[in-house]
Amino acid sequence: MALVEPLHAANALYAQNASKAPADHSVIASMVADRAKVLDVGCGDGALLQLLARERSVKGRGMELSQAGVNACVSKGLSVVQGDADRDLSDYPDDSFDYVILSKTIQAVRHPRAVLKQLARIGERVIVSFPNFGHWKVRSQLFLSGRMPNTPNLPNRWCETENLHLCTVRDFAELARELHLTVDRAVPISGGQAGAPFAATLWRANWFAEEAVFLLARN
Amino acid sequence: MIQTASTAARLTASGGIRTLQFDASTPLQLSSGAMLSPLTVAFETYGHLNAEKTNAILVCHALTGDQFVAGPNPVTGRPAWWPRIVGPGRPIDTNRFYVICANVLGGCMGTTGPSSIASDGQPYGLRFPVITVADIVRAQAMLIEALEIPSLFMVIGGSIGGMQALQWASAYPKRVFACASIASAARHSAQNIAFYEVGRQAIMADPDWRGGEYQAQGVRPAKGLAVARMAAHITYLSEQSLRRKFDRQLQGREKFSFGFDADFQIESYLRHQGSSFVDRFDANSYLYITRAVDYFDLASDFGGTLANAFQGSSTKYCVFAFSSDWHYPPEDNRQIVRALIAAGAEASYVEVETDKGHDAFLLEEAAFEAALTGFIDSAALSRGLGPGGEQR
Repeated sequence: MALVEPLHAANALYAQNASKAPADHSVIASMVADRAKVLDVGCGDGALLQLLARERSVKGRGMELSQAGVNACVSKGLSVVQGDADRDLSDYPDDSFDYVILSKTIQAVRHPRAVLKQLARIGERVIVSFPNFGHWKVRSQLFLSGRMPNTPNLPNRWCETENLHLCTVRDFAELARELHLTVDRAVPISGGQAGAPFAATLWRANWFAEEAVFLLARN
Repeated sequence: MIQTASTAARLTASGGIRTLQFDASTPLQLSSGAMLSPLTVAFETYGHLNAEKTNAILVCHALTGDQFVAGPNPVTGRPAWWPRIVGPGRPIDTNRFYVICANVLGGCMGTTGPSSIASDGQPYGLRFPVITVADIVRAQAMLIEALEIPSLFMVIGGSIGGMQALQWASAYPKRVFACASIASAARHSAQNIAFYEVGRQAIMADPDWRGGEYQAQGVRPAKGLAVARMAAHITYLSEQSLRRKFDRQLQGREKFSFGFDADFQIESYLRHQGSSFVDRFDANSYLYITRAVDYFDLASDFGGTLANAFQGSSTKYCVFAFSSDWHYPPEDNRQIVRALIAAGAEASYVEVETDKGHDAFLLEEAAFEAALTGFIDSAALSRGLGPGGEQR
């Protein structure tokens, strides 16, 4: 079985969700089962939790570092706790969620390995999306200009970015393996849509995915 | 207008204080095992109860507060204590919700307390039984039952009002749709017990305290009570706000007096806090209520595991903390949140960045008010309450 879904299949799968929301949100929504219990870590203004409530009728909870984000979530009626993924995930009991989601947050935490371990303890399945530092444009910017790359996914200068631990698709797959997590699905995203040209394998996705979404399960 | 069908309780009003008087057949069972009877609960209401009785909010007041949450106190003449939060168009909109606020058990604004007259015609004084936060809540529950409100839309309170809100949700989970605990804790810390003890010792060291019988002897331990208030008041502020408001500025003078007058503005401010407090508060009430709070440790009723206090709860919770609060610091509030998470409860936690300390919940704090409004409005939506408080 190909781990990574190629462009045409993925497009057909997610076409109905391809509207305004960030591309990874609709991919994540497609991975979550109906009426599941979901924890979104780093849930921002709650857009993904709202999408999941609307389309998957999930029982959603969130954690968010910023007060503005928490206020926005509480105003929407979402149950969101102001907290820090690096510090506060230990509050959650084992197996208390069907899915724990980390949407474009892993690159900004202090201890990605410890955080991923916590997520896998709390949730039966873990969904992680992140910008792919292995994308050909990123590689070529660094290679040709000798400067830190800036792309739509990496918009801020090296000295101003919140990102601490950028990784590539292959780096992340390796970390998941080390933590005894199985990759159930890996969906590349490019041009704001699920799928990427030539992305039938992780190796190729690592060149052509601007972002990636991994669905992981415990071994 | 409130009607009560309960024959065991009688509504009265005098001097602007409305009370519900339970007769001797309806005693209050106290945590200590003692019974208190007869019980009177003084309360105030704002707004209108809808036909289905689904829009009632119980506001629980803090240590030295009273039932006049949204209007002036007719006895002391002091303005409403929470006008930013409760009133028409405020986060707790009295055009939409029916707001109830009761003077706490042991208090001195009409509810039975140590200054009430016992059956022998003398004030209770120290004969008043020692009470707990659970007892305070039980008395409120008797009021809500007598008002024939089967379930509250929300219970909300700041400081020890937050403790009452948590106790409500834990003791009566089916009767609390939403619960907001603000700048509070699930247990009173050693540091807070220490400050309260300083206050109690100041009161009891005042020669006019007279072993608690000052009332019968026509005196008042005003100096002791003022010192108690001054010590406690410091814990409601923050180092940053003291520096911002007072720093080392002198009060009405250019130089030190080289004496013990209130040279500094902060001294003058605290003295004013102390002396204005004694006119409106009873010293024995201060002893009893602080003791009740010292005893508060919600987890202790649940085998030491706080999460068990909220197990299976379908109440929606929102916990608010203020970054510079050292009376009930964010960590105390996070402890509540941790327990709610462990219990799988629907819980939100908002930590407001401010330099205003514990009292921030009473002051202008835009981020707090915005989040509270969001929580209340979204809870009202899921309760099916319309903008005029009507049940949809």
